[in-house]
Amino acid sequence: MTTLSHAWSWLTTSAHWHGENGIWHRLGEHLWLTALCLLLSCLIALPVALVLGHLGKGGALAVNLSNIGRAVPTFAVLVLLLLTPLGRHGEAPTIVALILFAVPPLLTNAYVGMREVDRDVVRAARGMGMTGSQMLWRVELPLALPLLLTGVRIAAVQLVATATLAALAGGGGLGRIITAGFNLASTPQVVAGAVLVAVFALLVEAIFEVAQRLAPAWARGGPS
Amino acid sequence: MTAGQLTAVLPPADAGAPHDCLARNEWICGEYLSTRRQILWDAVVQHLQLTAVSVVIGLAVALPLAVAARRWRWAAGPVLGVTTVLYTIPSLAMFSLLLPVYGLSATLVVAGLVLYSLTLLVRNILAGLRAVPDETRQAARGMGYGPVRLLLAVELPLALPAAMAGLRIATVSAVSLVTVGAIVGYGGLGNLIYSGMNTYFKAQVLTASVLCVVIAIAADLVLLFAQRLLTPWTRAVRA
Repeated sequence: MTTLSHAWSWLTTSAHWHGENGIWHRLGEHLWLTALCLLLSCLIALPVALVLGHLGKGGALAVNLSNIGRAVPTFAVLVLLLLTPLGRHGEAPTIVALILFAVPPLLTNAYVGMREVDRDVVRAARGMGMTGSQMLWRVELPLALPLLLTGVRIAAVQLVATATLAALAGGGGLGRIITAGFNLASTPQVVAGAVLVAVFALLVEAIFEVAQRLAPAWARGGPS
Repeated sequence: MTAGQLTAVLPPADAGAPHDCLARNEWICGEYLSTRRQILWDAVVQHLQLTAVSVVIGLAVALPLAVAARRWRWAAGPVLGVTTVLYTIPSLAMFSLLLPVYGLSATLVVAGLVLYSLTLLVRNILAGLRAVPDETRQAARGMGYGPVRLLLAVELPLALPAAMAGLRIATVSAVSLVTVGAIVGYGGLGNLIYSGMNTYFKAQVLTASVLCVVIAIAADLVLLFAQRLLTPWTRAVRA
């Protein structure tokens, strides 16, 4: 219990919140990294998944990508990228690694969502004379949305975790508070940093949980 | 890398050993494999031990939790809720939160990995138990099976394919997560990646990373094979 009270007093020391290594700065880095990489990986993964799902091609790749992603250690990829020429460009290795690990869940879930759309509905849409792109936008995408959003949620939580690990490889974010704590052999700081990271991850998860509960109302009211 | 690039990159002092890939700090280096065989072997053994111990303990904890969640409806919510929350906490934070309890030890890494594997195992075992058809359960009860025998002889075997799927995912994830244990000095191959990063040792980082993936794939295949042996009826149905 003494460690917890030490961690609490570390957290409530205002000097730890400000400055270059302060909590606010690290939180900002973490948020920025997570949001930017979520946006970039959505831009990369979703069009590919939607087109592949619409055409019904590349299923084996889309589904197996998640399994491959799980077998490759995040930490190894972070360090490998750091040692490539990319490592000389600040946060570039972190951003690339984050995107690499966010793309598989996005791609797999969006693809499976597209394929699980009732084939009868798709055939009915074609019978009504809809073109391929009309079917994609007005029928398949709205029906695939719940699974697609689950993928976004998994990717977001994954991004928060990966961004934390990036600190081990010299990247920014809240993980830096933990690694700095280890370097200083300061257990209170390690625990305080871990609490911040855990709360941040659970908040992201909670935001998506709430958003997902609200989403079906307008998704169902859509053109589907 | 071409010879032209090499001479441009290297300081003159290193030019005397053009055949030494260690001195040139190349990604792929046979010399590294032969000179560091013992270090690599020790790291692989530690990696396998940490993975195996945590998955076995995880299974031992997850099984009663899943059975309890199946038996008592009120238990399912809390069990799934807690394990999901645990799974959401990033690995580095999880290990750090356990630091005051276990200190810088291998136990800390095992405890963290057990907590992660719980989510995957409990969810899959529970899904397997719930998928057992009610008719099957009633038939067994009609044949005079008590609750314990019903669980051991009917429900658990039928839940095995789903449980094994969870075990495979949990094992592959554990192999990957062990590397993060490097932060407390017990990360198996992760230790080599960590020290390789600090010394900018490319061959060490790449070799250890590739070995991690090889271990993950090998473990997955071994469990797949075990699953085939344990559940011969699933193949008979498919054939």
